[in-house]
Amino acid sequence: MSERGAPGGATSVRGIAAAVRSREATASSVVEETLERISAMDGELHCFHTVMAKEALASARALDATIAAGRDPGPLAGVPVALKDNICTKGTTTSCSSKILENWVPPYDATVVERLRDAGAVVVGKTNLDEFAMGSSTENSAFGPTRNPWDASRVPGGSSGGSAAAVAAGLVPLAYGSDTGGSIRQPASFCGIVGLKPTYGGVSRYGLVAFASSLDQIGPFACTVEDATLGLLAVAGHDPRDSTSIDREVEPLLDSLGGGVGGLRVGLIEEFAADVAPSCSGAARAAADALAAAGAKVGEVSIPEVRHGLPAYYVIAPAEASSNLARYDGVRYGLRVDAGDARTMNLRTRGAGFGAEVRRRIMIGTYALSAGYYDAYYGQAQRVRTLVVRAFERAYEDFDVLLAPMTPSEAFELGAKTANPLDMYVSDLCAVPSNLAGHPAMSVPFALGESGLPVGVQVLAPALREAAMLRAAAALEAAAPPGVRGPVKLAAAPAGAASDGGGE
Amino acid sequence: MPDGYETVVGLEVHCELSTRTKLFCGCENSFGAAPNSQVCPVCLGLPGSLPVLNRRAVELAIRIGQALGCEIRPSVFHRKNYFYPDMPKDYQISQYDLPVNVNGHLDLPDGSVVGIERAHIEEDTGKSTHIGATGRIKGASHSLVDYNRAGVPLVEIVSAPDIRSAAQARSYVSELRRVLVAAGASDGRMEEGSLRVDANVSVRPDGSTTFGTRCEVKNLNSFRSLVRSIEYESKRQVALLEAGEAILQETRHFDESSGETHSLRSKEEAYDYRYFPEPDLVPLEPDEALLRAAAVGAGLMPGERRRLLWEAIGASLEEHASGALADQIETVIDLELDRLVVDAVAAGADGRLALARAANEAAANPESARSLGAGSFAALLQLESSGSLSATQSKAVLTVLTEEGGDPSEIAARLGFEGLGDAEIEELIDGVVAAHPEEWSRYLEGDGKVAGFLLGRIMRESKGRANGKVVSTKLAERRSRA
Amino acid sequence: MSRISVEEVRHVALLARLELSDDELAVLSGELSALLDHVEQIRRLDTSGVPPTAHPLPMRNVLREDEPRPGLSAAEALAAAPAVEDGRYSVPSILGDEP
Ligand SMILES: [Mg+2]
Ligand SMILES: [Zn+2]
Repeated sequence: MSERGAPGGATSVRGIAAAVRSREATASSVVEETLERISAMDGELHCFHTVMAKEALASARALDATIAAGRDPGPLAGVPVALKDNICTKGTTTSCSSKILENWVPPYDATVVERLRDAGAVVVGKTNLDEFAMGSSTENSAFGPTRNPWDASRVPGGSSGGSAAAVAAGLVPLAYGSDTGGSIRQPASFCGIVGLKPTYGGVSRYGLVAFASSLDQIGPFACTVEDATLGLLAVAGHDPRDSTSIDREVEPLLDSLGGGVGGLRVGLIEEFAADVAPSCSGAARAAADALAAAGAKVGEVSIPEVRHGLPAYYVIAPAEASSNLARYDGVRYGLRVDAGDARTMNLRTRGAGFGAEVRRRIMIGTYALSAGYYDAYYGQAQRVRTLVVRAFERAYEDFDVLLAPMTPSEAFELGAKTANPLDMYVSDLCAVPSNLAGHPAMSVPFALGESGLPVGVQVLAPALREAAMLRAAAALEAAAPPGVRGPVKLAAAPAGAASDGGGE
Repeated sequence: MPDGYETVVGLEVHCELSTRTKLFCGCENSFGAAPNSQVCPVCLGLPGSLPVLNRRAVELAIRIGQALGCEIRPSVFHRKNYFYPDMPKDYQISQYDLPVNVNGHLDLPDGSVVGIERAHIEEDTGKSTHIGATGRIKGASHSLVDYNRAGVPLVEIVSAPDIRSAAQARSYVSELRRVLVAAGASDGRMEEGSLRVDANVSVRPDGSTTFGTRCEVKNLNSFRSLVRSIEYESKRQVALLEAGEAILQETRHFDESSGETHSLRSKEEAYDYRYFPEPDLVPLEPDEALLRAAAVGAGLMPGERRRLLWEAIGASLEEHASGALADQIETVIDLELDRLVVDAVAAGADGRLALARAANEAAANPESARSLGAGSFAALLQLESSGSLSATQSKAVLTVLTEEGGDPSEIAARLGFEGLGDAEIEELIDGVVAAHPEEWSRYLEGDGKVAGFLLGRIMRESKGRANGKVVSTKLAERRSRA
Repeated sequence: MSRISVEEVRHVALLARLELSDDELAVLSGELSALLDHVEQIRRLDTSGVPPTAHPLPMRNVLREDEPRPGLSAAEALAAAPAVEDGRYSVPSILGDEP
């Protein structure tokens, strides 16, 4: 049988939903098998903080009853999904991998959670992340790192490393993360799966614990472009609870997947080549060639301003974060370290509750906004942001989509970049310009690097042009060499998980 | 104010808007509910929650701007960052360098004009109660926080430093309160915290054209506190200057019990609000539709109401500034009885009589008086003017009329105030003349003092049913015939 | 080089309400300085006449109708509170008044 098959053999989002909807499989059996797989394999990987076994089985049974009653169970019927643990789930701890929220149980569901349930998906657990999504390796979790399923000595990337690794390891076919400066795309690249950051405002942020509000977007992880698209469609669309949510109809994106790239104008961004490993720049170039072979009009494009993205990002994101994270003050929820007066209580609670990286970013953000520095740092970064946006606008006069390397390197060893924060920050180099511009971008697995690890290629598009981006992504997926994408065949995978319940 | 110095005051008035829901969430905006029962993820600042701006709050804020003659502009919300337990997100969403209303003015009843620098939208904080000691901050063992008020929409109205005395500050706040109530933006209840005032106070030598260092006095929740704190603060600052000491720019708290202001600043920390544009909200650009929607439903502003009253009673310009008429006018405006007066005059009543009866008698029961029909009020006043009812009778009828409604003549009849006919009055006069021949002769000889005596006797005999004016006229007629 | 002194770091930590040890302050002084060096490349850019972008999309006037919606019960609201008294959140004494 398949290494991560639903009963009946389906392993994809589309396949599972089809099997459950047609009663070839029950949602309960799919969820049971998923839970068994997680319990067998997550010990080493640590993708999950919380496995919601009871809730997931209850939802699955309810879905089966819905189907038995002849009602429509939704397009993602029975599809097990994992959520980054910064997405609020009513009644289930949402920790943000932080000691300060270790036991916090939200009294409400994020909009994406409501939409997933309405679509018939079954939330099976909450995944590990860099604390408050600040990091690029998932090593900044207060509860221990997640490991890369391709090589357990390597990081899965971050900050949505738990979700990426869970999909890459075949624990779930679909997971969600948040992308503020590459936190979906970079781990997708490291884990050999598809990760998609939608246009800013395309997916509601209501219930996503904020890191940097003007940059944050929720998006899906899946093994294929089609599954990622299904994952996006399930959660996309206007939400009146998010003022920055775009109020317009979502395109029928699945139609674009088979569209081919004939005539599509594709630009390869020149700038990053010098700054990234040859395997990464090579993958981008190979991707450009593949699209050209598939009929696209491919050219190179210079956008020098993208190089300003990283420093601008490392002012804007911490500044917004310093304000967003002020509320963790020990008064209403989360950790409190007591003291004789409120101010000292605030100081101690926050000093003790936040990890080193979060404190660092709060500090830099506070500094960048403080009297006398605002204009030099925050104000200047916002003006540079305008320059980046304008530069993209110019590039998109000539091209429909752009290609770029996704990461400066393949997945690195745990601990390799923890000594110097700046080393870690450079991981976000190729990713942040899209966040600054609010544009959609995604990572598609396209090559294997020197160490046999997957390397993704980044596809970028203008705001709301997901359709063009997905056309290119689907063509890349079709042209990619074999063995570059997950799910990984794990040595630890139990042979008969479905029959004997697995376990270690 | 000590001689040789001038007080300069600018006021910041926080006005809670009369919306149904809070500024950024659907929680009820109401006063007096059980603690923490009017809250949701948004106004509690729970992780992941997001604000969405209340249309009505925006309309009311614009309406305030319209009433204050402001320019209404595209605006941006900012975050004002500081830690305080009653602020759920540890930042306040407010407007900073791009407020919705700028450059307006407020005309005070005495004719002076105070500039309005800005009137911006922001959210209210929760409410802390300090437990232990005196219930004040100092010496409290701990504090308890209720977030029902957190997120209630406020408009903060910032005046220019145009105010020159405590009395003018008082007049400014009362007039502003009238404007806010007339606009339908606020219930104006200071005792419930619907209006809260901070005063920026400085002093300078007479004739100086530069401003002195100012102190911001907080916690002024009544007119009395406003006046006392400004008076105290000016004296304190003058004393410092006289002693050759510098005034520290700082925030001070007014203590109602001692009547003094105290410094609040903790020495080690200067505030640095780190304002930046609120990324969870998009800019507000009032368009024609929004401006029109804002204007619909605003009542008449106090200046206009005052003008209509002056017209109705036909007062001279000299009477406007002060005196009994001016006081009566302010009273009927505050009690919202001005419409009644203006309409009664239109229905034929005497203006000054209508104003007096409204400001004095109707004011005793303003709630009912507001629902009094202008027609019946006018009818009553006409009975009084024509002499059919005495002033005393008219007031008694008015009391019944406000409480129960009905027809003034019928009420008068019911109360036995039916005026005596001419023949009956003549009879009464005959009787009194016969009983007091001596006084009558003196009256005929021109002794004015005895007129009152005769009138009193006749009124007493009539048991109050005779109209004094009519009796006086008849007495005078008899003398001229004699 | 040190763009941001330990004393400045101490001040910023107080603004941010983070209790940090002297060692942590010293380490942060170095790390923040290095980051500011990296940011230096954009500080030198000529951005005169360039408006700031605070928000990636040109949206305006997103408004909600003034209609009540159900929120949380007091019990739900207080469920996560570290300390509760009398239906309210209990906090240690507040020393200064609201700024
Ligand atoms: Mg204010
Ligand atoms: Zn609320």
